[in-house]
Formats: sequence, structure tokens, C-alpha cells
Amino acid sequence: MSNSQVGNDVNAPTPAKAPNASKDKVVARALNFYYGQNRALKEVNLNLYEGQVTAFIGPSGCGKSTLLRVLNRMYDLYPGQRAEGEVLLDGENILSKNLDLNLLRSRVGMVFQKPTPFPMTIYDNIAFGIRLYEKLPKSEMNDRVESALKRSALWGEVKDKLQANGLSLSGGQQQRLCIARTVAIKPEVILFDEPCSALDPISTAKIEELIDELSGDYTIAIVTHNMQQAARVSHYTVFMYLGEMVEFNETDKVFTSPRDKRTQDYVTGRFG
Amino acid sequence: MAALYSGRKRRNVIWTGLAYAATVLGLSMLAIILGTLLWKGFGGLSLDVFTKNQAPPGVVGGLLNAIVGSVIQTFIGLAIGAPLGILAGTYLAEYGQNARLAYVVRFINDILLSAPSIVVGLFIYELLVVPVGNFSALAGGVALAILGAPIMVRTTEDMLNLVPNTLREAASALGMPRSLVIRHIAYKAVRSGIITGVLLAIARMTGETAPLIFTALGNSLFTLDPRGPMSSLPLIIYEFARSPYAEQQKLAWTGALILTFSVLALSIGARALSASTQQK
Repeated sequence: MSNSQVGNDVNAPTPAKAPNASKDKVVARALNFYYGQNRALKEVNLNLYEGQVTAFIGPSGCGKSTLLRVLNRMYDLYPGQRAEGEVLLDGENILSKNLDLNLLRSRVGMVFQKPTPFPMTIYDNIAFGIRLYEKLPKSEMNDRVESALKRSALWGEVKDKLQANGLSLSGGQQQRLCIARTVAIKPEVILFDEPCSALDPISTAKIEELIDELSGDYTIAIVTHNMQQAARVSHYTVFMYLGEMVEFNETDKVFTSPRDKRTQDYVTGRFG
Repeated sequence: MAALYSGRKRRNVIWTGLAYAATVLGLSMLAIILGTLLWKGFGGLSLDVFTKNQAPPGVVGGLLNAIVGSVIQTFIGLAIGAPLGILAGTYLAEYGQNARLAYVVRFINDILLSAPSIVVGLFIYELLVVPVGNFSALAGGVALAILGAPIMVRTTEDMLNLVPNTLREAASALGMPRSLVIRHIAYKAVRSGIITGVLLAIARMTGETAPLIFTALGNSLFTLDPRGPMSSLPLIIYEFARSPYAEQQKLAWTGALILTFSVLALSIGARALSASTQQK
């Protein structure tokens, strides 16, 4: 039944490269994604520019989270889900069968909707990831943990209780701990999957500030339901609708002068 | 409408009353059992019970050989059953979600969970006693393992299913291989729940009599050798309860008291642990 919808490839958007855009970090070409028989992404072409923040917006079920989960092959955990097409990370196709998934995920980190601290101490939450890749002496490890916590603006709040359980922190703190954990293993790309939807406004502001600070050093993609958030934190915005990438442009342009009627309807709140 | 409502109200009162009555009946049974045990067994509690071996009628004896036997055989059962149970439970929850093999394993496990323990005893008798030529504590321990493992399979699987997938995804997103995700994240998240299953299995194994009759047989002497017959609390209770001598009957009550309250303590401990898991 899904195959009948394939002919819907009218105007595949061409990303307009802004003058300040740097080089491509991640490039998706003709990407299709299937949950079993159900086609969730249709011929998506996407560029994530190095050091820039790209927001994915669109109504629920449009495929934006699916797209994000392709970029670190998260979908591989679930049999029956598959991607077709090409996704290049620095020119290397990450959809290829013999790719080392764990290595890919060390380069492409992910922060989830719900804060997911591990059931261990704050210190170990961060050290655990580092230990997967590096054998460090104690003092160096301490430095790495500290710098990751500073990087995620959490150090001041937890420096006196590093041995406390990660689950004892507040929701916003837990989310920053997860960001610290991701940053600690020095990825190149960080994917945020609605990182603020479970947080209060103050914690949300902190996370947004953090994303702003991390951009430049990291290539960032963020899925969000909140259009103001997309407008605030991102340089580029992708508008997805029913599995298609409808529009991809600089954030300002998507919100002020969208090229597609559907984008305009969505950003002006007419649907979704 | 008023008639409808008052009828409904009356039925509510009747059924609620019946529910309370059933609860009281069930709890009073438990209270009577515990009360009888305390009444008949508490008087026999003395240091001798724990320091002296079983003795012939007319001599002051204790239950030392049976208590030690119970501990040894439960330990053997646990040493065999716990790894089996926890690993199988892990397979079911982490790897076998939709596999056909998992479906079969789960089905067989459910049957084993409710298998009559005497059948398990006979099975081990044929397998480990007849070929070897003598009864042994080892055979008893294996029989107990078969009874304890399914409990651990079930609780381990149930507990691991409580681990949110988001937590597994978060660990995988750091590039953690699956084996590490299970060992360091999933097990850690539900550790007390898995321990609860082990405690429940210990409680079950400690209280079993039937599978030991054909396997460990019982032994009136103190022994630490698992290759030979060995006594245990359930067996000595079985033996002494049928004895015509008053002091042996009294010891049977005392043994039953010790056994029941150790199992009760284990179950309460297990409950407390699992309550603390659920809170997290």
C-alpha cells in the first residue's frame, strides 16, 4: 500500500547555500526509510554544515525523529527497520553494511527526549563513556569529567556531589548530564531529539544556551516541536511533512519567506 | 432510577463484604499456621537444636546435620540454578523478543514453574541416582536447581523488560556494545529486582521436600560430603513428624518453625528489595 505513494516527488527542495555556510559534514542523498512495509522517509536530501545548528521541524509523525535516528544508525537496534540511499559522514557512507556501528556512534552522539542518566554516580555517568575508548590515569579522567561537566554548564551544581547517583538530579540537570556524557567522548556531530520537551522553561533556556555554545565546535542537528526554539537556536531549518523534506533553508528564510505553501501554513500555525 | 441506584448500592455492599470475608479467611489461615508453629515449636528452641546432631530416641539431640544439609543443598541448587536462570532470563528479554526459540523456552519455563516437585525428584533419581548407584546431596541440589531456575528465569526477564528502551538506546548512542549495555546498564538498573528473584528461588528450594526424598534421601549422621546421602530440614521434619517419640515430634515442630520463618524472612526481604526497585 505504501508503494502507491511513491510518485509524490514533485519539487524536491534544493538547499540554498548561504555565503557563511561552511563545508558539508553530513550529506544524505535519496534517503528512504522503512518501518517494515511502511515508508517513513521519502527521497530525503539533506546537508548538515560543519559547526552549524540545523533544526528539523514538522508535525508529529512527519519523519523528523526518524531522519535523526538514521544519522547514527539508531534504528539498527530494531529489526524490520531499514534505510535506503546514501548518508555520507565526511564523505564516507554510514549506511554501508560493514560499518563499525560503535565507532560511528562515538563520532555521532545523541541526546534524547527524556533525560536518561545511567543508574550510577554522576562521575561514572561521564567516565563510563570515556572508558569505552580511552584508558586514562585517574587524574586525567578527573580532568575530562570536569571539563565535560563545565562544557555542559553543570559543574557548579554538581562538583560537590560527583559520587551521588545521577538519578538524584533534577530533570534539567539530568539532561545536561546526558549532554556532558555525550560531549565527553568528543563526537563530531551531536543529534538532539526534542531535548527540551520534558523540561521546564528555565531548564529549556539553559539547554538552548548550551546548544548555542556547542555550535561551532560540533555539527548539531535538533528535532523540535517548538518553532520558537528552532528559530532561536538554529542556523538552518528543515521542514518535514509526511516523510518528505519540504523545505530546507536558512532559518530566517524558512520562517519569514518560506517557498512552499505547506511550510508557510505550518510556521504560521495554520496546522500542526 | 432511584430503584436502580439503590439496587446497585446493595450489590456493592454485598460484594465488598464478600471480598473482605475472603481476605480475612486467607489471612487467618496464615495466622493459624504461624501461630501453631510458634505454639508447638517455640518451646523446643534451644542452643542444642543448632549445635547437636539428630539423635536416637531417648538422647538429647538437635537439628545441626539437617540445617547444614539444607544450607549445602540449597547452595548447590543456587550455584547451578542461578547462572542458568539469570542467563536464560537475559536471553529472553534482551535477545529473544520475537524469536521462535524464545517462545518455546518461555513456554517450557512456564510449565517447569508449576511442575510437581515430586516429578522433578523422580527425574533426577533416574538421571543421577540410578546410574551412580547411590543417593547424594549433589543429586538433591540438582533437583532443587531445576525447581529454582524457572523462578529466576521469569523474574530476570520481567525485570529486564522494565528497563526502558530509551536507556538502552542512550547507552548504544555512546557506542557501547550490546554486551556492555546489558551488563553495566540493564543489570544495574534492575539489580535489586533480579536479586529478589534469587531470594524467592532460595525460599522455594529451602522448603522443598519431595524432590529430596528420591535424591538426597536423608542421613541421620552429620556429613559435608555432597557425594553421599545428606539430611535437610524438610526431610527431618518429614521423618520426625511420623515418629512415635514425643521429643522427636517436638523437634519436628521446631524444625518447621525454623524453616518457615527463614523462608518468611527471605520473602519479606525480597518484597522490600523489589519495592525499592519499583520506586526508582
